[in-house]
Amino acid sequence: MSIDLPGFADPVRDAQSVFRAVLGAMSCPGRLFRAGERLTPPAPLAPATAAVLLTLVDAETPVQLAADLAAAADWIAFHCGAALATAPTPFIVATHMPPLDTLDGGTDEAPQNSATLILQIPALGEGRAYLLSGPGLKETATLRASGLPDDFVPAWAANHALFPRGVDLVLCAGDMLTALPRTVIVREG
Amino acid sequence: MTAETHPHAARQRWMAVLARASAAELRDRLVACPPLPACTRLRGPETGLVMVRGRAGGGGAAFNLGEMSVTRCTVRSAEDAAGRAYVGHAYVAGRDREQAEIAARLDAALQDPALAPEIERGVVAPLAEAQRAVRAANAGRAAATKVQFFTMATMRS
Repeated sequence: MSIDLPGFADPVRDAQSVFRAVLGAMSCPGRLFRAGERLTPPAPLAPATAAVLLTLVDAETPVQLAADLAAAADWIAFHCGAALATAPTPFIVATHMPPLDTLDGGTDEAPQNSATLILQIPALGEGRAYLLSGPGLKETATLRASGLPDDFVPAWAANHALFPRGVDLVLCAGDMLTALPRTVIVREG
Repeated sequence: MTAETHPHAARQRWMAVLARASAAELRDRLVACPPLPACTRLRGPETGLVMVRGRAGGGGAAFNLGEMSVTRCTVRSAEDAAGRAYVGHAYVAGRDREQAEIAARLDAALQDPALAPEIERGVVAPLAEAQRAVRAANAGRAAATKVQFFTMATMRS
């Protein structure tokens, strides 16, 4: 057990401001928000990823951690009080995008039970361009992100077609985050 | 596993003593000790509620007795000359954040073999003795009010 680094300095205020950022990102897909800029999470966790976990994950929301993030497992277990599981869980944290059709998309009766993928990528605001449209976007928006798989656009189209089922995606890089809810339509930019 | 063979028996004992001592008592005892190593806060001190559960009925089913305030704190001591750092935890009843933080720092220091003997002698041992004396006095006062049911015993024999 190694917990050498602190969590939020002010748990209530910091979690509220990160929650606001995730809410903003979900309702305005592709817009970049700052999160966790004062956090010092253990490598390889980025500050934004850590902030999202500290905010959304607790004892009642088990989280699945990709193998390459295992070094941060103790820190997450201690500061979130979360159970780390391998079975299907509401939150999945990864640095490489797993095939979206392998994740739990919920059911038609309970689409809210679907999985949320928290994906840590190398950079947001630079790299490949994607054109976003759909609910929450008056005009087509451009998202620049690096580290998404080459077949991201067709994979996302398949996920979008499942509506009301489907997986929601939170993208984190450094201290920036944005989100792609299942309703957003992504095209190559 | 009995209390004697438990791997953390010693730590359990000093954490229990520290949790029962007030912040003022801890501060008073620390005056005579070498200064505690610098610490960074990993979590808290923060106050919350815990559900105290008991056993109900003959079957021993769990019963929620009520909630109590608990303050917890976790600190990490600065690395010593050998590059070792210790993580100290404290859970104390009530809302005294200072008590929780001092107890956590003492827990970290007591894990350090270089500091443990002096703190054990200067802080833990006297506090344990004082707490034992208070318990004995209370038990003595209560024992004086004990009622012996001679009649019942006589009727059964």
